Amino acid sequence: MLKPDKNAWSTQLFNDLIDAGVRLFAYIPDAGNAKLIELAEAHNEARVVLLTSEEEGIAVCAGADLVGKRAVMCMQSSGVGNCPNFLSLVKGGRFPILLVVSMRGDYGEQNPWQYPMGQAVEPVLKAMGVLTFRVETPDELQPATAAAVNAAFEGGFGAALILSQKFLGAKPFPKRKAP
Amino acid sequence: MTKATLDRRQVLKALFPRPGDYLFVSGLAGASKDAAGLTDDGDNLFTMAGTMGAAVPMGLGIALSAPDAKVAVITGDGELLMMVGALATVATMAPANLSIVCLDNARHGETGNQPGHTGVRTDLAKMGEGAGLPSTLMIAGADELAKGAKFLREAKGPRLLVARVTDGPATAYVRNMDPSACRLRFRNAYLGIR
Repeated sequence: MLKPDKNAWSTQLFNDLIDAGVRLFAYIPDAGNAKLIELAEAHNEARVVLLTSEEEGIAVCAGADLVGKRAVMCMQSSGVGNCPNFLSLVKGGRFPILLVVSMRGDYGEQNPWQYPMGQAVEPVLKAMGVLTFRVETPDELQPATAAAVNAAFEGGFGAALILSQKFLGAKPFPKRKAP
Repeated sequence: MTKATLDRRQVLKALFPRPGDYLFVSGLAGASKDAAGLTDDGDNLFTMAGTMGAAVPMGLGIALSAPDAKVAVITGDGELLMMVGALATVATMAPANLSIVCLDNARHGETGNQPGHTGVRTDLAKMGEGAGLPSTLMIAGADELAKGAKFLREAKGPRLLVARVTDGPATAYVRNMDPSACRLRFRNAYLGIR
């Protein structure tokens, strides 16, 4: 399978989020959201918020909702592990929290440190009441984005668009010499 | 560090003589009781009773999304330290309409008044300054409340006011703790939805 073109899919995702009314892009930098955040920085109505830890983004998105605005939190899968307590705002408060999670510790991962949290992403999100919409192939991106946006902003749920490593492509690592 | 003589129950009334002018968000425990006392648990206040650390970033989300509103975060020293990186985020985004008031009793009041870091060596005003906030102020006595109120009115935002208070009780106010109801109350009031 061909690896999808990062500029093309990021532009598609960005345009779909803008069309859904999202204007605030909170994020912790990741290779998987770099282009998306660049597009948001360049857009004249969108704002990006660089955080120090992912759970901050859950609260920033909730604050935007309190005054009727739409926001998204973009992070690497490892950051999901920082979020569960703040995700109480989803089940308890029915805040429409929308997440874009770029996966590590998934299909083709070569860094052993990424597997524990990567494999726990969907169980952790589900435990906190966040619906997950997984993207494995380029043609799944647009329908999954629409489903996540609807679940959050029409359904009043937490919703995570999960960009799998099969979709993104695994990060290459140099091989160690055999001992 | 300055010895606190201030009773926390006096602070917010003196700092916010017209609470209706602000949108408030307050963190768990004592900060929310005091904030609910100030506004009579009004529809311009979103209080929390969990999600420790969320008050500052939630206030930031409001301030960025409602740039014409005056936004105030009411928090405590334990909560502010738990998500202290958010001060850097606030400094970078620099919303001029955001004020953070920390009621610093150097205690974890809700869980039995156990001592906290600010009773040892940690200075939250300096941490705010180090994060890059344009204005920070520490007050510790009733005679400094007027200076604190002026700071909130006039200092360049975003601003952090640390009020060192004694370890006495917070305002005795029983507020609505249903987060979903409180979300709708705040949102509908702001958006003018009946």
